[in-house]
Amino acid sequence: MARIVVDPITRIEGHLRIEAVVENGRITEAYSSGTMVRGFEKILKGRDPRDAWAFTERACGVCTTVHALASVRTVEDALGITVPKNAELIRNLMCCAQYVQDHVVHFYHLHALDWVDVVSALSADPAATSQLAQSISRWPKSSPGYFADLQKRLQTFVASGQLGIFANGYWGHPQYKLPAEANLMAVAHYLEALEWQKEIVKVHTIFGGKNPHPNYLVGGVPCSINLDEVNAVNTERLNQVAKLITDAIAFVELVYLPDLLAIAGFYKDWAGIGGGLTNYLAYGEFPTRSYGQPDSFKFPRGAILNRNLNEVHEVNGRDKEEIKEYISHSWYSYKNGDGAGLHPWDGETEFNFTGPKPPFDQLNVEGKYSWLKTPRWREHAMEVGPLARMLVAYAKGVTEVKDIVNDTLGRLNVPVTALFSTLGRTAARGLETKLIAHWMQEFYDELLANVKAGETRTFTEERWDPATWPETCEGVGLTEAPRGALAHWIRIKDKKIDNYQLVVPSTWNASPKDHNGMRSAYEEALLGTPVANVDQPVEILRTIHSFDPCIACAVHLYDPAGRQVHQVKFY
Amino acid sequence: MPDPNATIWQTMQAKGYTRRDFLRFCSFAAGLAGIEATGLARVVHAFENKPRPPVVWLHFQECTCCSESFIRSSHPIVADIVLDKLSLDYTETLQAAAGHQAEKCLHDTITNYAGQYILLVEGSVPMKDDGVYCMIAGRSAEDILLKCAKDAAAVIAWGSCASNGCIQGASPNPTNATPIHKVIDKPVINVPGCPPIADVMTGVVTHILVFGRMPALDGQGRPKEFYGRRVHDTCYRRPYYDAGLFVEAWDDEKARKGYCLYKMGCRGPVTYNACSVTRWNNGVSYPIQSGHGCIGCSENGFWDNGPFYQHLASFPGFGIESTADTIGTVVGVGAAVGVTAHAIVTNIRKRKLISEHMDESVADQQAKGGGR
Repeated sequence: MARIVVDPITRIEGHLRIEAVVENGRITEAYSSGTMVRGFEKILKGRDPRDAWAFTERACGVCTTVHALASVRTVEDALGITVPKNAELIRNLMCCAQYVQDHVVHFYHLHALDWVDVVSALSADPAATSQLAQSISRWPKSSPGYFADLQKRLQTFVASGQLGIFANGYWGHPQYKLPAEANLMAVAHYLEALEWQKEIVKVHTIFGGKNPHPNYLVGGVPCSINLDEVNAVNTERLNQVAKLITDAIAFVELVYLPDLLAIAGFYKDWAGIGGGLTNYLAYGEFPTRSYGQPDSFKFPRGAILNRNLNEVHEVNGRDKEEIKEYISHSWYSYKNGDGAGLHPWDGETEFNFTGPKPPFDQLNVEGKYSWLKTPRWREHAMEVGPLARMLVAYAKGVTEVKDIVNDTLGRLNVPVTALFSTLGRTAARGLETKLIAHWMQEFYDELLANVKAGETRTFTEERWDPATWPETCEGVGLTEAPRGALAHWIRIKDKKIDNYQLVVPSTWNASPKDHNGMRSAYEEALLGTPVANVDQPVEILRTIHSFDPCIACAVHLYDPAGRQVHQVKFY
Repeated sequence: MPDPNATIWQTMQAKGYTRRDFLRFCSFAAGLAGIEATGLARVVHAFENKPRPPVVWLHFQECTCCSESFIRSSHPIVADIVLDKLSLDYTETLQAAAGHQAEKCLHDTITNYAGQYILLVEGSVPMKDDGVYCMIAGRSAEDILLKCAKDAAAVIAWGSCASNGCIQGASPNPTNATPIHKVIDKPVINVPGCPPIADVMTGVVTHILVFGRMPALDGQGRPKEFYGRRVHDTCYRRPYYDAGLFVEAWDDEKARKGYCLYKMGCRGPVTYNACSVTRWNNGVSYPIQSGHGCIGCSENGFWDNGPFYQHLASFPGFGIESTADTIGTVVGVGAAVGVTAHAIVTNIRKRKLISEHMDESVADQQAKGGGR
């Protein structure tokens, strides 16, 4: 029986803290806490709704752009605006580029070091590494000399005694299962991915002027299309996008997916760990007609309960009985008492910190213990993210999804139930990246066809002028961030924002327990996870990172007597 | 490939810098760290013998867009920075270690390299209610910042959050989000922007490492090298402004011809940044080039400078014919008089301090018979 402290959880966005109990080498209870808050909802009150995308985009610079997309959809929903087809396609291209970049960065830079032992790569045979690499992919950078040079660079780096970002990792931990050659290959691709990821985001720069935080526009997109102008999206710009898409497909198919499958093959036991909740929620994404027609989405909208893939429930962001946020264990207060759940249109954001004042060693997990609220869908705790998206699509019979999932399960020789796990979550992310990279090509081709046919509009003027707005109106914008279901809700009154609420993927996954004591996804997924060495809980990082956390927290595990075996210290 | 074992002195030698350049760099670092002249020898010794400069990168109230921007750097590429140029010892975004192992990285760096490490800060510090709005390892952001800044050789504020509070500092600033130069009593190089351009970020770091001196700063502590000109002055659409050709509505004929976005609310005329020169993501584009006006994200309090689609001329006291300095003053005063005044005064004081250290170093060398 022991308690483990992991604080801060690194390789995430934000500040996350989890306190949990380990008994007989397994986690028996866990508490997830977000320890940073900025108060966006308060700041947005009274602003021009057309500016909201710029504010909310700053909710995250990692999954940058998706909040802007949710925001413009929210305002357009409230005002009854349908954007031109080209704008929808350009938004799709930007969103797809975000997925591909974000998932690759997550796999190599935020997640891989939970599975890949960098130090072990030093003892690899470069010739054997080359053989391995060539056996799984025709990616050109795979010669013995290439890996030998990289290994030499690593050896010099390690010999310098300054390990930088690799210092104090869990190197040599018995839970690392890859052969040295696979480790060396993965480290090489860690560096290649670092280089490649800055290319694909140029799609954002071309259409939105910069990355992170490209520009959006209520009513369309800010860039104009004009084949006769140097100062607009012209042939050269479109060609650049085409090249970026081609390169993205190559990187995903020849590097990311082969690595994912190769690594997963050594960690099949993780297909039985970290499943957690049995309910999955997806809002759907990538309209092939328009946002207002969710039946046209590449990823369908829906909810799955109790892992029943034979039934997908309808999801409606406007129905006040469906999505509600609770604060029983969150540092907020509601006007009519903390027990109720509020639909986001009626949402309140009043800070009420009741935790220990810093510095502290542990939170009061019996009371409020997080800056995250706890959202529920028809009172159910739901997991959101790539796994939820793929499961909803799989259950709805989307052919592309069924094919790629079945093919992968076959290659790994694991049953469909393997999806409900830490490994399943990580694999789902890779598989959808491949689909999305190809969808990018489809959206691009359609954009080109439109332009060829003379359709170049990227913005609609209807309702841009606030004089055309109703006195009050409400809107909701549903989207899928790389990390899962994301939605914004707005109430506009007298041309200003009267109320604005965001319910983000990590609110679903990382939230504290609800009013019934029901756990959310992180806490539930940690239950039962084996921890081989309480001083080096790499297993916790594996499961938590499989969600791709986008918050600010850390993880603490305590024994039932309340004694900390592993004291968090600030030096 | 550069030798990662090389000390700072060896690296500078290899690049053709003189002993004098090296000593100037040492005195700059010592000056920033607040080390007395008598302690300079210790710093010189360390930089002669210690390899890659250790770096601590802290995260407070932020969205990690600065880290994301940093890894988009094209020249130099970030892999070279991380493996060859710096020793990035603590960075929550990228480091392998977590929990107490990560905390140990931080502790070891600020202890073993006191006076030598570079402190990079991303995010603002919530000063309200004892800092309960941003806590890491059970500590408040303020507590961590004070400990880490104490012995830092140089402190850089990444992005608008650390430089001026950015979005969480926008009205009504619910957590009293505070820029770091108001929390620590030490000179801070402000690198604002939401986020700053990747190549500007690596440019600031390498300026210090390669040229051995800090970049010249403006009245708000920003490197003039990158923040010395208005976006408007170097904008490729400027000729249309001068010719009186403006976009009147989104995606109108004029927008499709790439006319000036001034009437659509563009803040280029009051924003100091390198966007229109360096451009974004390896020179691909910048906001105005891609059809949206500049929102002024590198300026103090830009979130509260009125709605983004409001024509600038309606700003009180603002006229486009004004000179750059007048505009800066008028908008600054109109937007947040207290904040701006404080920043300017603080930074003038710091500039004086830094400049004194530099002069001292030169005088010291001349006394020893060194010459340029």
